[in-house]
Amino acid sequence: MDARRESETTPVKNPTTVERKSERELVVTRTFNGPARIVFEAWTKPELLKRWWAPKSFGVSLLSCEADVRVGGTYRLVFGHAASKPMEFFGRYIEVTPHSRLVWTNEEGGDGGAVTTVTFEEEGGKTLLVMHDLYPSKEALDGAIASGSTGGMGETFEQLDELLVVLGANVGRS
Amino acid sequence: MVEERPRASDRLPSKADDFLPHRWAAHAAAAYNHRCPDGYPLACRQSVRYTLNHMVQFSRPRLDASFAALSDATRRGVLEQLGRADASITDLAEKFHMTLTGMKKHVGVLEQAGLVATKKVGRVRTCKLGPRRLEEETAWLEGYRQLWASRFDELDKVVEELTRKEKVDGRKKRE
Repeated sequence: MDARRESETTPVKNPTTVERKSERELVVTRTFNGPARIVFEAWTKPELLKRWWAPKSFGVSLLSCEADVRVGGTYRLVFGHAASKPMEFFGRYIEVTPHSRLVWTNEEGGDGGAVTTVTFEEEGGKTLLVMHDLYPSKEALDGAIASGSTGGMGETFEQLDELLVVLGANVGRS
Repeated sequence: MVEERPRASDRLPSKADDFLPHRWAAHAAAAYNHRCPDGYPLACRQSVRYTLNHMVQFSRPRLDASFAALSDATRRGVLEQLGRADASITDLAEKFHMTLTGMKKHVGVLEQAGLVATKKVGRVRTCKLGPRRLEEETAWLEGYRQLWASRFDELDKVVEELTRKEKVDGRKKRE
């Protein structure tokens, strides 16, 4: 019992790695301390997915989370923020192999969206997860990076924009 | 100064031509000087902190130089072009139907911002993506990694809970 409490107060987190594998590919890896069927379940049941997809540190919350995880099924995630318009992410599952492999499209950005493949590989009760994003072209991945990094245009600035309106309004009142 | 509110179409990051860098840079600087009032929702303060943490990596003069450099469609086109292959100023001038002098100016602005590096060999000046682009990619990848790391830390909790539940259920079944 004591040992467990200790592990809870000082949890050792497994490292997450990200690599741009090629001009068109991004790869994220992480190991989980549980069997593949459980990790897979957490990716495929919407009620579980929404417990971890929008961590508190993001400052955004999941307004809705629909995922019909079967070949041809669609998903739609809607993120909300106190001071900005909701953002939607959606696509279609094109491969669903229980406990080992999930493939889906990312269609919110039009043609430039990546195809995401997640594989779950169990060994000794642990699961190695590999998430692979394949973009249609080098330009599409470069574009995704540029839109997210040049001072963080897009979402972040949209939030700032909204925030400043709110702050401005508060200043006007006081 | 009365500022027009951005329309929804201005905000799509994919539509680079609607990107209004000067205003955003000004807003970012203003947000930097403001503090979120304490009464403001925590979520909002966190997202601003995230934004600022992200931006602090770049000094403000450099950020301004980048925004200025990226405010022009031709210069964004040049960056895209150089992302595919290095090119001489002459190549670029031809591609963008411009005079050599005009292209030299654009490349100069990009070079100033660290987005492009040039090298003169003989009579030809070759342009390639500058060190700044690589830094940005590294910063973006780190941001992306952090995003997934925090998701996965939450996922750990779900996996732990389900694993524990499965053990308890398994024990019950055996009894």
